[in-house]
Amino acid sequence: MGLRKEFTKGFVTENPIFRLLLGMCPTLAVTTAAINGVAMGLATTVVLVGSNCTISLLRRFIPPRVRIPAFIVIIASFVTIIDMLMAGFFYELHKVLGLFIPLIVVNCIILGRAEAYASKNPLLRSLIDGLGMGLGFTISLIVLGSIREILGSGTVFGFALLGEGYPLFIVMLLPPGAFIVLGLLLGLMNRLRRV
Amino acid sequence: MLHLFVIFLSAILVNNFVLTRFLGICPFLGVSRRVETALGMGMAVIFVMTLASLVTNLIYNLVLVPLNLLFLHIITFILVIASLVQLVEIVLEKISPALYRALGIYLPLITTNCAILGLALLNVIKGHNAIQAIFFGLGAGIGFALALLIMAGIRERLELADVPVALQGAAITLITAGLLSLAFMGFSGLVKL
Repeated sequence: MGLRKEFTKGFVTENPIFRLLLGMCPTLAVTTAAINGVAMGLATTVVLVGSNCTISLLRRFIPPRVRIPAFIVIIASFVTIIDMLMAGFFYELHKVLGLFIPLIVVNCIILGRAEAYASKNPLLRSLIDGLGMGLGFTISLIVLGSIREILGSGTVFGFALLGEGYPLFIVMLLPPGAFIVLGLLLGLMNRLRRV
Repeated sequence: MLHLFVIFLSAILVNNFVLTRFLGICPFLGVSRRVETALGMGMAVIFVMTLASLVTNLIYNLVLVPLNLLFLHIITFILVIASLVQLVEIVLEKISPALYRALGIYLPLITTNCAILGLALLNVIKGHNAIQAIFFGLGAGIGFALALLIMAGIRERLELADVPVALQGAAITLITAGLLSLAFMGFSGLVKL
């Protein structure tokens, strides 16, 4: 597979959220606004690229029998770094995303790419794979976050979109809204694919 | 005593781990197809959550805090949880083969359940002591099992229903979860923390 295809597969054909249904917990939890989606997506991308590169470089040294604990320690180290950086530089966002920054450790997308891709491929390919998958995840989070923000607060990225008279659809910002919007989006995608 | 009961009840109903905190969505969607498997998974989670909540809490307060190693808490927690699950598996196989067979494949799956790591981190954020951590873990586990069982019951019925083609599979499951979550919102305000 060419490098370009390696990069773009995470956007549509192997989109982690809409196609593979991975990483559901942060997807549902943080997408109350588009900006949260950007922050969560980029934080996950950094961890994914970092762990993919490290694991790819160490792939000949990690004994196969203890590979999963080794992967988890590498991922957890990157998550700790991101957690501290965000607490230092983006305190407000860090507070909003809260629990879900440390929980990037158990995001199945990252361990999945480590096991399925980075542990078998050279550095450059693993880097591109991590970047593509991470950005695909970020875009999906932004889509979901924008829909919920428009319906729930009438804004997108904080800009008023629907004017004064719009009756706010508060439930979209609450937990049920997350499940229902994602469910309907999946349905829409199934419908579009069939046509 | 009353405070412990409040922690316990709010972890089950008001701040249900699956339906309002969005923790453990993967097993919630993955093993809620049949009631029996949901029951097995639910039991395994209750057991591991109570134990993990206590052990991570003790390690945090007795090891990490005195040694000033707080920045290691994410790595420590995930390793403790992974080894705890292995340990539970080995011990259970020895002392209760029947229960071991019943829980079987669900035990190793629990390591990647973000509800367990989330629980350990929430204990730190809320500053629970060891006793509070046990009740919080038990409540969270029962809340998870409850949501899983209700969902499995609905999905067994749903198999007989006439679902639109585009919504079949994951889509209808998520929408069902949304309605279930809406119902659980009725519990908010039941207890004040």
